[in-house]
Formats: sequence, structure tokens, C-alpha cells
Amino acid sequence: MDNLLSIVTFIPAVAALILLIFLRGDDEAANRNAKWLAMAATTMTFLVSLFILAEFDPNDTGFQFVEEAPWLLGLQYKMGVDGISVLFVMLTTFMMPLVIAASWNVETRVKEYMIAFLLLETLMLGVFMALDLVLFYLFFEAGLIPMFLIIGIWGGANRIYASFKFFLYTFLGSVLMLVAMVGMFAEAGTTDIEQLLIHQFDFETFSIAGVTIVGGFQTLLFLAFFASFAVKMPMWPVHTWLPDAHVQAPTAGSVVLAAILLKMGGYGFLRFSLPMFPVGAEVLTPLVLWMSAIAIVYTSLVALVQEDMKKLIAYSSVAHMGFVTMGIFAANQQGVDGAIFQMISHGFISGALFLCVGVIYDRMHTREIDAYGGLVNRMPAYALIFMLFTMANVGLPGTSGFVGEFLTLMAVFQVNTWVAAVATTGVIFSAAYALWLYRRVVMGDLIKESLRSITDMTPRERWIFAPLVAMTLLLGVYPALVLDITGPAVANLVSNYDTALAAAEAANQLASN
Amino acid sequence: MTPADLTLVLPEILLAVYAMGMLLVAVYTTKDGLASTLVWMTAGVMIALAAWIGATGEGARSAFNGMLMIDGFARFAKVTILLAAAAVLMMSEAYMKQRDLLRFEYPLLVALSAVGMMVMVSANDLMALYMGLELQSLALYVVASLRRDSVKSTEAGLKYFVLGALSSGLLLYGASLVYGYAGTTLFSGIIETAQEGEVSLGLLFGLVFLMAGMAFKVSAVPFHMWTPDVYEGSPTPVTAFFATAPKVAAMALFARVLHDAFGNAVSDWSQIVALLSVLSMFLGAVAAIGQTNIKRLMAFSSIAHMGYALMGLAAGTVLGVQAMLIYMAIYVTMNVGTFAFILMMEKDGQPVTDIGALNMYAKREPGKALAMLVLLFSLAGVPPMLGFFGKFYVLRAAYEAGLAWLAVAGVIASVIGAYYYLRIVFYMYFGDEAEEGIDGGGSPLLSGFLMASAVIMVLGIVNMFGVESAAAAAAAMLVN
Repeated sequence: MDNLLSIVTFIPAVAALILLIFLRGDDEAANRNAKWLAMAATTMTFLVSLFILAEFDPNDTGFQFVEEAPWLLGLQYKMGVDGISVLFVMLTTFMMPLVIAASWNVETRVKEYMIAFLLLETLMLGVFMALDLVLFYLFFEAGLIPMFLIIGIWGGANRIYASFKFFLYTFLGSVLMLVAMVGMFAEAGTTDIEQLLIHQFDFETFSIAGVTIVGGFQTLLFLAFFASFAVKMPMWPVHTWLPDAHVQAPTAGSVVLAAILLKMGGYGFLRFSLPMFPVGAEVLTPLVLWMSAIAIVYTSLVALVQEDMKKLIAYSSVAHMGFVTMGIFAANQQGVDGAIFQMISHGFISGALFLCVGVIYDRMHTREIDAYGGLVNRMPAYALIFMLFTMANVGLPGTSGFVGEFLTLMAVFQVNTWVAAVATTGVIFSAAYALWLYRRVVMGDLIKESLRSITDMTPRERWIFAPLVAMTLLLGVYPALVLDITGPAVANLVSNYDTALAAAEAANQLASN
Repeated sequence: MTPADLTLVLPEILLAVYAMGMLLVAVYTTKDGLASTLVWMTAGVMIALAAWIGATGEGARSAFNGMLMIDGFARFAKVTILLAAAAVLMMSEAYMKQRDLLRFEYPLLVALSAVGMMVMVSANDLMALYMGLELQSLALYVVASLRRDSVKSTEAGLKYFVLGALSSGLLLYGASLVYGYAGTTLFSGIIETAQEGEVSLGLLFGLVFLMAGMAFKVSAVPFHMWTPDVYEGSPTPVTAFFATAPKVAAMALFARVLHDAFGNAVSDWSQIVALLSVLSMFLGAVAAIGQTNIKRLMAFSSIAHMGYALMGLAAGTVLGVQAMLIYMAIYVTMNVGTFAFILMMEKDGQPVTDIGALNMYAKREPGKALAMLVLLFSLAGVPPMLGFFGKFYVLRAAYEAGLAWLAVAGVIASVIGAYYYLRIVFYMYFGDEAEEGIDGGGSPLLSGFLMASAVIMVLGIVNMFGVESAAAAAAAMLVN
């Protein structure tokens, strides 16, 4: 199959088109059909994407399954995956059927809901596969539209504020990246990511209006991309859109946001910032590392005092993304491997945690922590599953959460001991807020009158969690599943980064002599 | 004058003769009874002419001793203008008939102003330029006040006329200065006297006044004051016309004067255009936030869009002109669709312009709401719609011409601008269930235009229907 990637990417879009054109009516039957069609499409996407994984050769550090076709203005339609992106593709296709299954109770505007999620899947897959700058930007930005609608239409009480904030915040972050892309196009004469990866951008220090810019053009490009990815990630202090968006989004929207959309920022760092602007990255590494460390500690503390379960998990996401940026900018094998691992694992864990909140929200229609307590008495299965993911979130050894945190901490310890020390305290705080949340919601006596008749998870809900439980435990005890695939590509990335820095240093010394 | 010259301007002559002939026919027969037929006929004639101009003619030829230039650039602009005018005419027929506004003069005035625009984009001489501009403007003043018994409409017409006359005065003054210092009105003569770095002060003054006059026509800040009032006061179909064809013509004229007459002094005018551009983008974005009337909102939106088109012009390169042409083609397509939607906004037969009335429109008319959603995101320049590519082209042109700051300003303005487009989406999709909104309303024809425009915005990203290469060829002919 020559265009396997395009097929995987556009199956959901085709399903969305079919829904849009052929599904009429708003009755029970039409809604059921919409759900089943969405389910079939996402499942099929997952099954077809397994071919990518099966035929992927981890030892080849270049791009695989590459497709190329000319497009407008010297741009091209180019898709491909390598060891860094292939797992994000798999994560997306794996999560989407679960997301659809978790939306089975949606009653309002079901058809539009499914169309939005299907389009979103296409756009997310496109982000991870695009090998052309503008094509990447197109997928990256277009994803805002369905997410804006998902939050705005199916969200909670304060959904309008949250949706506007989400859209404008991330849009503002990204447009600077667009200008930087135009600049890269102008300098390198191509938008082909494969060629840009070997193009060396100018790093001669210059000054604008009296401000000296070390690393020159590369630093400027880095900052422009950083504006976009840091917001998307999100990094402290530009994370404030995330808690709002998470709290207001419907459960499935939160799952997609936490499990997949946030990973685009980390993926962007790995695809663009580090390999394309090594000098710029090196100049700003201390800043990024400290921002990550602050994020880990600060957002963990903020999570500690939250009243709203979703908000708590949202802040914990920001903290965990701090480990990711820390690992990426440690820029060694363990760091980058750990960052990718952490992103994949966080995809399963945070997705599952939001689903856990969704389970009780569906029953009680509140996310207030105080409204719950003693759920273990009525919901033993739920208590077990929630406990597993709470522990995974804390980073208990044996779950996938541990591997990523450990690798990134080890990596940053080699680069900057102080950052590692500060970040490690974040691990303790994360245990505090996660366990405390669990105690308040699940443990104790069932004294709330309203909870007396609460029922345990339905078979549908259990089946949604089953794959997530399996993946979390599997990756926890056998992380090589991920690391074997990422390893060679990451080694290549890191060695290219080091080579580029050494070359830049040599050039600078030559210039100063 | 030779017969060869006449054959070159045959489309203009045919359209002018057609308009005047039909004027006589209508006056001597049933007058307004003929109006509907005339609308369709005029639209048909325009489409036929557009097809003819598009299909024939190669290379650049000048006519009337160099006063008119018939080249690829003019052809591109003419085809766009004629198609836009035809589309607006077709959209307006039902609306105007229903409101008893349909007079037989309307299509003919539109046709005459189209003749003016065609002369404008071909003008290669200051006199020809002024003739085309005034022919266009005079027709537009009249259609602006088409609704004679409405205060707002007559006010719009009067305001447009007074301010238009002022701008024409500025432009004429500039033209006389240019003539005085260059010794000729022919662009081909002016360009030889205006060499880079040695433009005489008088010529520079002339250039600035010329640009002020043209900035008024494209409604660039700070010459934009008339736009919101005229857009709001004119009958909606007329507003739709103002927002499309004349903008293309004025922008093409702008490019023609700057490149054909002052193409050797790019650095002298590039900064002025850049300033107009950045002011327009920001004012258009910020001022629209507070608007609740969708026609005023579209006025500010068009000001902002002209800012982006001017960004391409500010680059002063082939790529810049190409970007501007593509931007204008996309802009016109989006606006035709958007105004088709605005024409459909009515309640109990009365036109509604308050955006609050769109409350929960998506629930009642999911198809139209979706099409409008696509157009709004396209207007905001969010990928993957075609509007994004328009922005991408101008950004690239500006960046490569060393105007990176302008590109950065442009994208920041686009974020501010996104807010008010999102607000319309908010009303259509997130609104309050309880309140009553506008009726379904609207003819199949209007829906067709809306849908077609939205579909173009999505499918156009595959290859832009060949507009890209046509614009590239047109731009290459203008800039040497």
C-alpha cells in the first residue's frame, strides 16, 4: 500500500463526510447510526494503522511510508513517519474508538458531535504525519475549529468563555510560528521538513534596536515556534487556558485534549525546535528547564487546593508536561526517550482519569470533590480502576507513569542538578494531591444521602477502561515496547543535535580568532 | 485612433453600448417592468464578456497611443470584476423585487460602473485613470442612494458622494503635480523620470496625493471613514456590490499606478503602503469588535482585508502583486458567499442586520449555518480554508521583501480579528435555546451562492482552481 498514511488519515474525514451528507433526521435511530458509524470508522482507522506499526522498521532513522505530491506555491503534500512520530499516530488511533465509546450517552446534536470528533481525528493524525511545514501548520491550526465547537456546544456552564479563551490563546501562539515558517521558507527555499532538518539556519549573533540576540536568526525562529508549542503543551506561565478548557469540555473532549492535543506541543519541540534550531535551543535551554521545574512544583501545589476534580487533573497534566519539556531540553538519549515515553503514558493515564471523572459525573452531574466520598462502598470496580490510574499518575513503579518520570529526571540530573532537585520535589507533591483526591472521593464512609443509590460501572464503561489498564501495566513492566521503537530515531536526533552544536561552536571560535 | 485600438477595447465598448441601448429600450417601453429581465440579461452579458476576456487575448498590447494597456494583469482583474458584479446582480434580483426596490436603472448602473472599472484596471495614463475612476464612482453614488425614501440610504449616497468628490480632488491634484514635474501623463513617460533615489520633491508630492485618492477608493485607513456608513445605509445588495467588484478594481488600479508609473521608485512608496496596510489591519480588527450590525461589521472586515491585500502591494515585487491578486480573488469569493447569507437574514419578511438575531441559527438551518461557519473561519484566515492561503501568500511576499515587521503585525491583527468572526459562530452555534431568531428564509439561488462559496473555500486548497498560475502570469506582466 503506497499511501497507507493518507488512508489512515482520511478514513475519519470520509466518515464525517458521509455523516454530513447522508444522515438525515434527529430521531433515536439516526443518532444510533451516527454513533455506530463513528465507532466503525475509528475502529477501522485503528486496525489499518496497525499495518503502519507492523511494517515500521525501527532501525531506519529516516522517514518511512513517505508520500509526496506537488501542491500550491511550491509547497507539497508530503506525509511520513519516523521513530518519533509513529507512536503518536498509534496513540491517536488507539484512543479515538475509546473516546467515541465514552460518548455513547450524548443526546444533543449527536450527528454534529460525531462529525466534529471524526474531523478532529483526521487533523490530529495529519499533524503527526505531515512532512511539509505548511501542511503541518494547516493540520495543527485546523484542529482548533472542531475543538472550539466541541467545547462551545457540548461543554459545561461556562463553556463560552472557555471556548473563546482556548481558541484565541492557542491561535495567538501559533501565528508567530506561521511568520517563522515563512521566514524559513524564504531562507531555505523549501518547506520540506526532511530537507529542513539538514538545512543549517543562520546562527550569527546580531542585534536589533540595541538588543543583542545570541544565536541570531535561529534564536528568533526558536522563540516563534516556542510561542506556539509552549502554549499548546502547555507550559507555565501560559497554561491558564487549559484548566478552563478541560473543566468546560465534555468528557470526551477532555480526553482528547489531554491524551492527544497536548502531545502536539511536545512533538513540535522534537520535530522542529531541537533539530532545526540547535543553537537557538541551546541558548534558551536553561530558561526552558527552569520553566519546566517551576511548572512541576507550582502546578502541583495549585492542584492540591482544587475543588473541582477535572481542574485538579488538568493541573496535574500541566505538571506532567513539565517532565516532558524537561526531558526534551535535557537533549540526551534518556531525556528524549523519557519525554516521548511520558507523553505516550500520559496519554493513557490522563485520558483514563478524565474518563473516571466522566463516569461519576454522568451519574451525579457534579465534579465537586466535596459532593463525593465513600464511593468504594457502592462502586468497588470503579474504586479499583480509579486507584490504578491514581497510582499511575503518581508514578508508582510498575505503571507506565514511573518510567517516563524516572528517565526524564535522570536525564536532567546529568545536565542541571538543581533543576532535577526541584523537579523531584514535584513527584512528592503529585503523590500528595493525587492520593488526597482519591481519599476524598473514594474512601471513607458513604454518608452523602445523594450517593446512596449510585451504581457501579456498566459493562460498556468497563470495556472502555480495559485497554487503558492493559497498556498502563504493560508499558510499566515492559517499557521496551516503546523505547525500542523510539531509540534509534532519538539517538540519531541527539547525535545530530550534538554535532550541530559542536560545528556552531567551531564556527564561532573561527570567527572570533 | 485606429480600428486595431477599437478591437482591443471591444469588451468595454460592447458593455457600454449595451447599457446605453437598454436604457433607451427600457425608457421607451415598460420601464421597471423590464427590470428583472434586465438584471438577468446584464449578468449574462457580463459572464459572457468575462469568458471572452478570459479565453482570448495574449501578451500585452497598448491602445490609443499608450493610454490603455491591455495585458494579463488587466485581464485577470477584469474577469474577477465582471464575475463578481454578475454574481451580485443575480443575488440581488429577488431581494430588491420583494422590497419594491428594483428599478431598471440598477442593473444598467452596475454595468456602467463595471465599464469604469475595466477602464481603471487598463489605464496607463493619468487621464484615462481619472475617466475610468469617475465613471465607476458616479454610477456607485447613485446606486448607494437607490432607496430614495430611506434617510439612511440617501445619507449613504450623499456621504459617499461628498467624500468621493474630495478624494477625486486629492487625486486630481496629485495628478496635476505629477504632470507638472514629469511633463507627461503617460505612465510609460512618468516611470522614466521617476528613478530610484532621484524622485523630485514635486513628483513625490504628486505620488502621495495620488495614493491618498486611491486609498480612499480601497477604503484603507485613514481614508476609510465613509465605509461603515455607506455599507450600513445602502440596500444590502448594493453593499454586496461595494464590497466586491469596486474593491478589486481600486486595488488593481493602485498596483497599476505604483508599478507602471512609479515602479522605479519602490522604496519611496513601499513605506506608505506598509503604513496604510498596518493601520487598516488593526483598525479593521479592533473597530469591528463592538459592532452588532452585520453590515457595519462586514465594512470593518473589508477594511482589514484591504490591509492584507495592501501588504502584498507594499512588498513591491512580482510575488507581492501575485499575492495581492490571489488575495483579492479569494476575498471576493468569500464576500459573495457572506453577502448571500446576509441577504437571507430576515424575519417576517423584513431584513435583519443584528447579529444577535442569528441566535441558534445552526439548529434551524444546519446546512446554511455550516456553510457560514466555513466562510467565517475563512475570513478569519484559519486553516484549512482558502482564506488562510490568501494570508500566507501576502505574508510570504512581505517577508521576502524585508517587511518582516509588517508580517508579524498582520498575524497579530488576524488574531484580534478572529474574535468577531468567532462571535458570529457563537451566536449561530452556542446561543440560548429560548430566544427567537431569524426565519429560515432565502431563495434557493442565494443558498446556492452561499454553499458554492463555502465549498470553494474548502476544495480550493487542492489546487486553487488554477487561479494561482493565472495570477502569477498577470503579476509578471505588470512588474518588470
